[in-house]
Amino acid sequence: MLDHLDKAIIAAMQDDFPLVSEPYKELAEQIGVSEEELLTRLRRYRRCGHIRKMGLVLRHRKVGYRANALCALAVPEEQVDAVGKKMTECTAVTHCYTRLPQPEWNYNLYIMLHSSTREKCRQIAEQLAEDSGIVDYVMLFSVHEWKKTSMRYFTD
Amino acid sequence: MLTDFDRKLLNLIQTDLPLEKRPFLVIAEKLGTDENAVIERLRFLKEQGLIRRIGPFFDSGRLGYVSTLVALRVKAERMAEVAQTINGYTGVTHNYEREGKFNLWFALISPSLPAQTKILAEIEQLAGVEQLMSLPATRKYKVSVQFAL
Repeated sequence: MLDHLDKAIIAAMQDDFPLVSEPYKELAEQIGVSEEELLTRLRRYRRCGHIRKMGLVLRHRKVGYRANALCALAVPEEQVDAVGKKMTECTAVTHCYTRLPQPEWNYNLYIMLHSSTREKCRQIAEQLAEDSGIVDYVMLFSVHEWKKTSMRYFTD
Repeated sequence: MLTDFDRKLLNLIQTDLPLEKRPFLVIAEKLGTDENAVIERLRFLKEQGLIRRIGPFFDSGRLGYVSTLVALRVKAERMAEVAQTINGYTGVTHNYEREGKFNLWFALISPSLPAQTKILAEIEQLAGVEQLMSLPATRKYKVSVQFAL
């Protein structure tokens, strides 16, 4: 279970990471803990999977990945596990999740594709679907980004 | 544009910012440069907007939150209004207008299932929303996000 201090640390770690020689020392001072305590807890979060990644997120459009598409595929239930795992091997696939199919919407596997152009996204999806023998899929290209942000936890 | 040094730096740091007292020194040693060069370059890339965020990325489920992907069918003339109302919820992290029958897709992270249900009920009632589907993930095979640079 996360205690009060864990929540304070997690909330504070969502602000800008200090780009200085000893960033954890600066963060620890803001939170009111020792640097050692902060590092110990952060290492534990990473080991236990609370932190899924310690690193950075790029603005993908600015580094050459100008197109993205959400692609929803209808995969026979008995194949979905194998197909899902196979799709992750493709570097253009950044997210790959299964979701429950809905009435009038029988898609159960969703992949997020990032590439330089829409056409490339389309070609990659076509190839991935063909390789897995999937014929029913839909490309959901974005036409407008209304919001993109990082979640802020325990800030209320 | 990214330099060769930027690519090496970003590829190293994308998923593995060291949890050490001087993380940028660790990175600098791997790159054969000094700590200050790493810090200065990261500041520059952040200022230029290439880096969106540095730090830990948490697994919402592990922190006790519930997440879902929501697809809406929204009347075109109400799109802006509906999208802006949805943006107003702090748990909405991504909100994209997309081509197709379901034309607005957003990701929602909530502290509990009742909290999520309440928000979805409010959104379903918005003028212009014709249909709502909540599509929580059942299995996650890949949650990158690492880009090969």
